Amino acid sequence: MFDAATTKETTRFEGLVTVEDTGLAGMITIRGARSEIGGAMSDTVGLPVPETLRVTTDGRRSLAWMSPDELMLFCGHEEAADLAARLAEATARAHALILDMSDARTLFTLTGAEASLREVLAKLTPADMRTQAFPRGMIRRTRLAQVSGAIWWADDGSLRVMCFRSVADYVRGLLCHAAHPASWVGHFRD
Amino acid sequence: MLILTCPYCGVRADETELAPGGEAHVARHGPGASDEAFEAYLFLRANPRGLHYERWRHAHGCGKWFHAARDTVTMGVVGTYPAQVTEPPAELSRPRGS
Ligand SMILES: [Zn+2]
Repeated sequence: MFDAATTKETTRFEGLVTVEDTGLAGMITIRGARSEIGGAMSDTVGLPVPETLRVTTDGRRSLAWMSPDELMLFCGHEEAADLAARLAEATARAHALILDMSDARTLFTLTGAEASLREVLAKLTPADMRTQAFPRGMIRRTRLAQVSGAIWWADDGSLRVMCFRSVADYVRGLLCHAAHPASWVGHFRD
Repeated sequence: MLILTCPYCGVRADETELAPGGEAHVARHGPGASDEAFEAYLFLRANPRGLHYERWRHAHGCGKWFHAARDTVTMGVVGTYPAQVTEPPAELSRPRGS
């Protein structure tokens, strides 16, 4: 066995925005019909089931919409295995799949002025980064240059970027490059 | 640039966030079918000049397959609809305004 590790200690780039590796997080994939497992899931996790393209959070755990029949639960890395087991038990009678996927993906945190955050992401994704299309509280799965990713707003106004861990180095490079001070465009306004 | 609204999540997805699936509503022919029917299922496509029904997958998104109706001449999108149908909804059966 290897110890779980991230590049949290070494990834930090300060430019138009600050790019950081968010560090280890528990990530639990939840698949099933909302009508069948929503109640049991919400009770176990302690969070309301998010609406389409939304994230619910209590600051400690977050529940993010992934698709019509998929949610992602973000929690402490150390509690993920236990929480996944309890979720599986709570939804055992339904047609559902609960899996601790903490090792599958990497999270980045981008902090800075909102306009700069929108600008950095707009260089990498075809998604509309204007406020009306990507308001606070929204999660958007999209394409980041050549790979799939997800972006959403955290409660504190920072931006989370998620990608598969297998392409984390690539996405880290993309984010730092797009945040380079010399690449300022100034399209978005605060 | 083609932008299609995914009928499942409502995202206005760029063409590059989607995976194309070719012509929609192609009748499937398998074991027991005549050679002609199987050939039509595998190879023959309408390739119309005008209204075209297509399959698309929201690949860099919710992952679901859906349908789109668009005009191959103007590139105008008439609408999108879920995958669980065998023919387009009536309101998308001809281009808007014609
Ligand atoms: Zn979708």
